[in-house]
Amino acid sequence: MDLYEHQARELFEEHGILVPRAEVTDSPKKAREIARGLGGRTVVKAQVKAGGRGKAGGVRLAADPAAAELTARQILGMDIEGHPVRTVMLAQPVDIQAEFYVSYVLDRAAGRFLAIASAEGGMEIEEVAASRPEAVARVHVDPAEGVTSAKAAEIAEAAGLPPQTVDVLVRLWEVLVREDALLVEVNPLVRTTQGRIVALDGKVTLDDNACLRQSRWGAYGEAGDDDPLEAAAAAKGLNYVRLDGEVGVIGNGAGLVMSTLDVVAGRGARPANFLDIGGGASARIMADGLSVVLSDPAVKSVLVNVFGGITACDAVADGIVQALDTVRLTKPLVVRLDGNNAARGRALLDARAHPLVQQATTMDGAARRAAQLATTA
Amino acid sequence: MAIYLTKESKVLVQGMTGGEGMKHTRRMLAAGTEVVGGVNPRKAGRTVHFDERAVPVFGSVTDGIRATGADVTVVFVPPAFARAAVMEAADAGIGLAVVITEGIPVHDSVAFTAYAKRRGTRVVGPNCPGLISPGQANAGIIPADITKPGRIGLVSKSGTLTYQLMYELRDTGFSTCVGIGGDPVVGTSHIDCLAAFEDDPDTELIVLIGEIGGDAEERAAAYVREHVTKPVVGYIAGFTAPEGRTMGHAGAIVSGSSGTAHAKKEALEAAGVRVGDTPTETARLVSALL
Repeated sequence: MDLYEHQARELFEEHGILVPRAEVTDSPKKAREIARGLGGRTVVKAQVKAGGRGKAGGVRLAADPAAAELTARQILGMDIEGHPVRTVMLAQPVDIQAEFYVSYVLDRAAGRFLAIASAEGGMEIEEVAASRPEAVARVHVDPAEGVTSAKAAEIAEAAGLPPQTVDVLVRLWEVLVREDALLVEVNPLVRTTQGRIVALDGKVTLDDNACLRQSRWGAYGEAGDDDPLEAAAAAKGLNYVRLDGEVGVIGNGAGLVMSTLDVVAGRGARPANFLDIGGGASARIMADGLSVVLSDPAVKSVLVNVFGGITACDAVADGIVQALDTVRLTKPLVVRLDGNNAARGRALLDARAHPLVQQATTMDGAARRAAQLATTA
Repeated sequence: MAIYLTKESKVLVQGMTGGEGMKHTRRMLAAGTEVVGGVNPRKAGRTVHFDERAVPVFGSVTDGIRATGADVTVVFVPPAFARAAVMEAADAGIGLAVVITEGIPVHDSVAFTAYAKRRGTRVVGPNCPGLISPGQANAGIIPADITKPGRIGLVSKSGTLTYQLMYELRDTGFSTCVGIGGDPVVGTSHIDCLAAFEDDPDTELIVLIGEIGGDAEERAAAYVREHVTKPVVGYIAGFTAPEGRTMGHAGAIVSGSSGTAHAKKEALEAAGVRVGDTPTETARLVSALL
């Protein structure tokens, strides 16, 4: 889960990293009051989980409270890369002497975290890395030791950062570890004309797997961002991602479902969703899954692709048959069962003889049929 | 022969007495695996009966190894306890820890994979189906009865795609199938398995299954070009996955322009790997080569 800038800012502040004074609002009128409280001149920043805010006009300087209200009104309701702007953060401007870049990111291949730092902050680090790779320092962090002062000094020196940044590097590591983050990034980290090191903008990605031990994360709930069908699926505990096609897809196992989407796309149709019902494929999960997929108005046909491994196909077929009793099928359903007890499973579905249900014996054949039904419907 | 797991392997199960542990221990035994004990500090000294087989429960991995000579552990404990379980197994000197558990915080996986590596313990997983050497042993949750022993080695991030290929190629059969797991950080990589299969005299051809996210497949492609002489057939899932969305597996996410299925397929093909467009076509490519 990505955090908004203002949430990242709060985490940094809690861990003793200097940040500009700032407040968040969804109201232009309130923006004027906030600007007044912050001393008049403010930076108004769109709060969206997307890059390129500055280029899109989502970060602007407002000279006084009246300008802050006007600017907030303009920014609120903007759409930045498909993300509607629902809140703005107003921050006190900072007099910048130098801009740096620091982050801790997960290096998947190495299986450990990597400190990335550069004395050339303020722009996209990928651009710096591409044009001047020698300006970007990359230092692996040993998970057993973490970032000690000595390690932070090593990172700062490798990147050519001033010694005052060492403390920030240590605290930023604490944010990463204590908050179970997969990414913390400060860009830019600035030295002000007064010589203070301030985190001017930040990005934090939290590890969804850690939500059980991070009780405060409930406050980060992002219901407003969710597609209504994704929210409904999440409420039922389903692993569902909405896409923009017309063939609903249900399958067991993330890899097989991803593969099914690809095979549907290869047959000239577009998948409407990703839905992994896991190994069990019980009647209840199948019914929940079917009802979510069928409530997408774009769906013209549904493809159920199940490989019976741990759960044999007759049990899966039984689940589908029971689900058909509780969910009113409104679109054609193509079922492909393969694996253990496939013949018995297919016989169960044949015996149910639902007029909208047809079977295919192969994944490719099932995808072809579902694509045909969706494109000719 | 096979890789990592053979009929000589003696297997402990951490979390054997839980629901999943019981279900899959029964299946592992049925597949001929020598399951020599469970580990649960609160149930030490008891015996669990699986049909006619009596399996003792030990209080620690160390006790289990001392009593049985176990060299493999399969970890079914809940996510919150996985880190301690793997570290305990590594401290006890186990050779291979297969971590089935899904949903382990990444900081924990980073910690225990590094810890285990330092102690010479190979970790497979987490969030994986385990590995099977058909006809010899099964460590994890892969269904054993959908294929047979043979000369294909398979390494995959995905469980069900592994099963799909095992089934499609059941008449040819497999030396070992390793599900390395769908998490961002895993203990055993595609490359580790490629190297082991290259050295395994019983493996004639290698199937490599990947999916979106990270650059493990690109790295594997470079490794194939440099070090693998046996034929490799690949399959990649996730061409239609949108950027920035996690597709079921915690690690299956395209970030910006990195981690795409296209890049992985291209890298593999550039390394001489034949890549199928569907699982079925992938199976056909394998059959044509054998």
